[in-house]
Amino acid sequence: MTATTTTPQPTTPQTLRKSHESGGWGSPTAYLVAFGLVGVCLAPVLYIVLGGFRTNSQIIQSPAGLPAPWQIDNYIGVLTGSMFWQQMFNSLVAGIGTTVGVVVLGLGASYVIARYPFKAKEAMYSLFAAGLMFPMTVAITPLYILVRNLGLTNTLAGIILPQVAFALPVTVIILVPFLRAIPRDIEEAASIDGASRLGFFARMVIPLSMPGVVTVGILAFVASWNSYMLPLFLLSDDALYTLPLGVQAFASQYSTDTARVLAFVSLSAIPALIFFSLFQRRIVGGLTGAVKG
Amino acid sequence: MNHAPTAVVDVPPEPRPAGEGATRAPSPAGRPRKARRLPWGKWAEIALLAGPGIVVFVAFVIFPVVMAAYYGFFRWKGYGPPTDFVGLQNYRLILTDPAFQDALAHNGFILVMSLVLQGPAAIGVALLLNKRMRGRALIRVLIFVPYVLSEVIVGIGWGLMLHTTGAANDLLARIGLDGLTRDWLADPDVAIWSLMAVLVWKYIGFAVILMLAGLQSIPEELHDAAAIDGASYWKAQRYITLPLLGPTIRIWAFLSIIGSLQLFDLVYVMWGQYVASTAGTSTMATYMVVNGRISGSYGYGNAVAVVIFLISLTIALVYQRFVLRRDTEGALTGGAS
Repeated sequence: MTATTTTPQPTTPQTLRKSHESGGWGSPTAYLVAFGLVGVCLAPVLYIVLGGFRTNSQIIQSPAGLPAPWQIDNYIGVLTGSMFWQQMFNSLVAGIGTTVGVVVLGLGASYVIARYPFKAKEAMYSLFAAGLMFPMTVAITPLYILVRNLGLTNTLAGIILPQVAFALPVTVIILVPFLRAIPRDIEEAASIDGASRLGFFARMVIPLSMPGVVTVGILAFVASWNSYMLPLFLLSDDALYTLPLGVQAFASQYSTDTARVLAFVSLSAIPALIFFSLFQRRIVGGLTGAVKG
Repeated sequence: MNHAPTAVVDVPPEPRPAGEGATRAPSPAGRPRKARRLPWGKWAEIALLAGPGIVVFVAFVIFPVVMAAYYGFFRWKGYGPPTDFVGLQNYRLILTDPAFQDALAHNGFILVMSLVLQGPAAIGVALLLNKRMRGRALIRVLIFVPYVLSEVIVGIGWGLMLHTTGAANDLLARIGLDGLTRDWLADPDVAIWSLMAVLVWKYIGFAVILMLAGLQSIPEELHDAAAIDGASYWKAQRYITLPLLGPTIRIWAFLSIIGSLQLFDLVYVMWGQYVASTAGTSTMATYMVVNGRISGSYGYGNAVAVVIFLISLTIALVYQRFVLRRDTEGALTGGAS
């Protein structure tokens, strides 16, 4: 949001550039296309949010209409019921558990790969990188059986552990370059000061790799927040449903109460949207960084 | 750690982090320090730091994938150890099942159309937005919103809109296009296009953001030089921007291809387990869930998973070998990464 102010461009090339921009494709076209695109992207979201402010008879009479009059009952109904909060809580536990697990395990493994001189580290890196080729879809049935054999079906731990495992490849790939980039001088200085390598890890590496850690944590959290297939396989107890499962269950349970479904859907989207707008630069940076290796 | 190499060696190397070369050099300097350290201490540190990650990763990623390959040879209801070994029977059934062939064809259609519909549009929009304009940061946030929403939310919302009595048909009727109203979800001629529309809507923001990031890594001096040499805007885009954007485009296409082959959530939410195949939107993954988990045929489901994996892996390896290879070898990488 503050991008334009925080990235000062070198001035001289910019003025040159502007001169030929104003020639062909001036700003109006760019704005037109941008607004068109933004409109297309947001219209369905608005439909969902506004639909929650209507009554079912309004929706039936005029499916694409606006709320008239505005009804807040659907939202109130969802917010005062226990189901929504329960599912929100479950999603939060799964998301935070996954994030913490990914950061702790990923940081440890990445640090070893990045900074310990030993032969197997190349193999370790390849092992994790190979994980990118194994999407959860392929492993879902054995994963279900494994989690069942561990006695973890219908627990959030049964969701968290596989999500951590499947988030590790991207995590390692993002973090290793970060950790490599920490100058060796700092490590030397720390060791001269008597810090062990582990002490160096705790006191220097973790603070210095924070930007990478935040990126990785956000990616893991968002993936967990939106995760559908794994909870679908592993959770049958609706007290443990995360929001995506809960939203779907709600939608099929109240399929005739469209307005309330729309209210429920909008409310369940809000946390992700807030989270995203807080961290969007990091998410975008993380995604593009992850893609480029 | 010992099981690492076998499964892994031929997996395409990720683009090596830039720091790779640099770390090699200082390592002699680190030697004396390492010599002082007791070897078991070093290994204990490694085990402590990397051990948990490796254990979790191997247990919950590698092991299940290996087990999928094993279970796939059995007829098995999922309880007790599998005993009814059927060899390749499951695979024979899968490959001859018209329902699977349909699903595979849908995946192929989605794969191609995703590239065709999203790629040029995303590049075009990114080129337009890659200029200093007020509110660009806000625009970037807003076009990214659909990508952030979960596929469940997107599926339910669009499902309601595309319903016969939903907002889409109502909107068409209001603007006088009654002739265009149809059953967007159930009509087999239309449904897959509805799916494509939702997919493009959800994922084009990601493509645009990626392309924008790629464009911003292209040095401005090149454009300035081209402008000074008298190249038109279009010539500059064609001969400077597009080639330099190549690595970004190829990586995006790779992600899009893999995503198309694995597609599950959106189809399953919008069409459910029964309708997807009659509406012509089933994918390999929904086929796997319906014919494996839901019908209790775990051996069969695992065999389907293996087929999906092999198809994805083959396509990925071919792509890496013939398309992405340019990026790991070519001179362009340096400029763009």
